[in-house]
Amino acid sequence: MGTGTGIGRVRGLGSAKHGAHHWLAQRYTAVGNLLLVLWLLFSLIALPGLDYESVVNWIHNPLVAVPLMLMIVSIFMHLRLGMQVMLEDYVHDKGLAFFSMLLLNFYAYAGAAAGVFAIAKIAFIGVVK
Amino acid sequence: MARTNSRPLSPHLTIWKWGPAMAVSIIHRVTGNGLATAGALGLIWWLMAAATGPEAYATFVTCATSPIGYLVMAGLSWFFFQHLFSGLRHFVLDMGAGYELKTSKTWSILTFVLSTIATAAFWAAICLGKF
Ligand code: HEM
Ligand code: HEM
Repeated sequence: MGTGTGIGRVRGLGSAKHGAHHWLAQRYTAVGNLLLVLWLLFSLIALPGLDYESVVNWIHNPLVAVPLMLMIVSIFMHLRLGMQVMLEDYVHDKGLAFFSMLLLNFYAYAGAAAGVFAIAKIAFIGVVK
Repeated sequence: MARTNSRPLSPHLTIWKWGPAMAVSIIHRVTGNGLATAGALGLIWWLMAAATGPEAYATFVTCATSPIGYLVMAGLSWFFFQHLFSGLRHFVLDMGAGYELKTSKTWSILTFVLSTIATAAFWAAICLGKF
């Protein structure tokens, strides 16, 4: 990196050509979260109770399981993009920045997989005695 | 950064005063990351417990209905509604609207008012449904 002029310092740190996509995907998934999480909250209110049987019988319905899976995907995509921006702002050390992106990606994909798996299991098996 | 000392440096890094727009901005980040960690983990815990069976679910309910559990859920619900309204404010600002000083201030304050009302309404709905 140059030490003198402004242009010398920013060379090599320019756009990776993914910025617009990241920004748009953050907004698309925000709309997904807006609709799907509100739907979850209204549904939880409408449920007769939040006990084991009520919740599992509710998720057992495909018309519930599928939107719930979409909600999980939307939330974890959104939080992956969002936490990336936060980490880029605060983690300056190159090695730590790389490591934090690694952990974030593990977290986001593992969380989404766990959520979708749990919903699928309930959808297929239902109440376990 | 190469700059001339005869020019003013703005915004100043150490001399500034809190305003509503700054508050929504940082709160959007705090709530987003709070939901992304505590909220998302709580959600996965709930789903995994329900998928595992009655005993695992009972453990979850014990934790969720403890005093700390209620505090966390109350906090997360306000975080969600606050992030939702400040997120909607983002959409408006993204279109290039709402930057006039008064407008910006009004909507910033409104996100806090609306999120608090929504949280109260949500809890009221849960309590009224239960009792
Ligand atoms: C409950 C699920 C949600 C989670 C876990 C979540 C999480 C996050 C996180 C971690 C960020 C990054 C904040 C930062 O550090 O700058 C973020 C940004 C954002 N969120 Fe959410 N969010 C959720 C729901 C929503 C909803 C419902 C909306 C829309 C109404 C929304 C709109 C936005 C927008 C527009 C940004 C980008 C802000 C920017 O570009 O600076 N989010 N979210
Ligand atoms: C991560 C998200 C959440 C999950 C997975 C979750 C799940 C649960 C579960 C399973 C119970 C036990 C229900 C029972 O005793 O039958 C419960 C209780 C409760 N939750 Fe949540 N919850 C979440 C977030 C929230 C939020 C955001 C609120 C917001 C206000 C809330 C309000 C309540 C209330 C009022 C009860 C007590 C219901 C009763 O009296 O039995 N929860 N929650």
